[in-house]
Amino acid sequence: MSYINAFLVGGAICAVGQVLIDKTKLTPARILVLFVVSGVFLTALGIYQKLVDFAGAGATIPLTGFGYNLAKGVFNEVDQTGLTGALTGGFKAAAAGLGAVITFGYIMSVVAKPKAKR
Amino acid sequence: MAEKHLGKQTVYFAKPPSIRATASIVGPKEGKGNLRQSFDYIIPDELWGEDSWEKAESKLVRETLAKVLQKGSMSNDQIEYVLAGDLLNQCIAANYGLRETDIPFFGLFGACSTMAESMSLGSMLIDGGYADNVVCVTSSHFCSAERQFRYPLELGSQRAPTSQWTVTGSGAALLTSEQTGPFIRHVTTGKINDMGIKDTNNMGAAMAPAAADTILTHFADTGLVPDYYDLIITGDLGKVGKKICLDLLKMNGLDIENRYNDCGVMIFDTKQQDTHSGGSGCGCSATVFAGYIYKEIMKGNLKRVLFIATGALMSPVSTQQKESIPGIAHAVAIHRSLD
Repeated sequence: MSYINAFLVGGAICAVGQVLIDKTKLTPARILVLFVVSGVFLTALGIYQKLVDFAGAGATIPLTGFGYNLAKGVFNEVDQTGLTGALTGGFKAAAAGLGAVITFGYIMSVVAKPKAKR
Repeated sequence: MAEKHLGKQTVYFAKPPSIRATASIVGPKEGKGNLRQSFDYIIPDELWGEDSWEKAESKLVRETLAKVLQKGSMSNDQIEYVLAGDLLNQCIAANYGLRETDIPFFGLFGACSTMAESMSLGSMLIDGGYADNVVCVTSSHFCSAERQFRYPLELGSQRAPTSQWTVTGSGAALLTSEQTGPFIRHVTTGKINDMGIKDTNNMGAAMAPAAADTILTHFADTGLVPDYYDLIITGDLGKVGKKICLDLLKMNGLDIENRYNDCGVMIFDTKQQDTHSGGSGCGCSATVFAGYIYKEIMKGNLKRVLFIATGALMSPVSTQQKESIPGIAHAVAIHRSLD
């Protein structure tokens, strides 16, 4: 059942991106930023947590999940260390993800070559 | 009053230059498209043995120049000028592709209109008596153009439905003063035309008004009617821009639908090849002209062709500063014989 939930929610989030590409003039970069910021807002409003509880990785893997991660990190850090947590929490929560992105991105750029689209 | 100038924007050649030979080299995707039979060579992969897309594009220019000289039975030292351009910053595909040729070089930037621009200027050089043999060559490459204008391929961005596919390919024409034909009879130089389109995924719409304007001006300046031509063909408006161009012409009382086509629409099988609105890029009109159109003229299937290459004159910087996209279109009239 959890697989189906993850598929439905993750697929729905990606479908929103496809509709934005097809029906609006937003560039891919803007859509990516929009997704991250939406994730932050939905988490702040308490909505995204419900989605994560329901769909698990279906909600945390799409880019909105990165916004969720940032916002949740801020909430936790503010609870523990006070207001400076608003500045540090997001970075701490995202540190593992960003570190992995840079490390693996670098390794892949060394070993792999980009190919043309067909 | 200049005696060879007709009306507002058109030039009439008293001794029209001939197109002695053309050459076209295209990428693998174009080599699977509708016009695959008409190209001289299809490269096996987009890098063609080079280590970057940009170097591969320079190689396209270099090899297409060599091919057109071979087909025209001429050597580098018989060519007085080479006129060339492409889409990359500072036109590096042409600059590096031609640096070892030892031919006097004029670099041009007319975006995707560069093929018609170079043929216009080349014809004027010859009719003016400044040269006997001129090569016009332009190129584009899907992978280098994506990096230049949109996103590097590494990012793996999705494409919008109105977006066009930059053609990987290079086309060249060898113009001479000899009277063998096919001849370049008229040239109508376009004006910059900006209707305020800002969407870089919809260049066809940005360029269509420029194409319509140049076509209308060509007929007004020359007093000819569309029936005079067997084919009126624009460069890379794509499906979206082609329809806009036809509508704009109809609003101005000119119906060319039964003899009109667009290189960007013709080059790919848009349904099978997922190219959305069609092909684009300097290489689109250049390879379709050097391949399909020239061969049809030589076979006698087309007697008179009005070739209008279209360009979008924006840069990534102007796009980031939210500027609209200026369009341009240059027309070249080609006749099989002088009658």
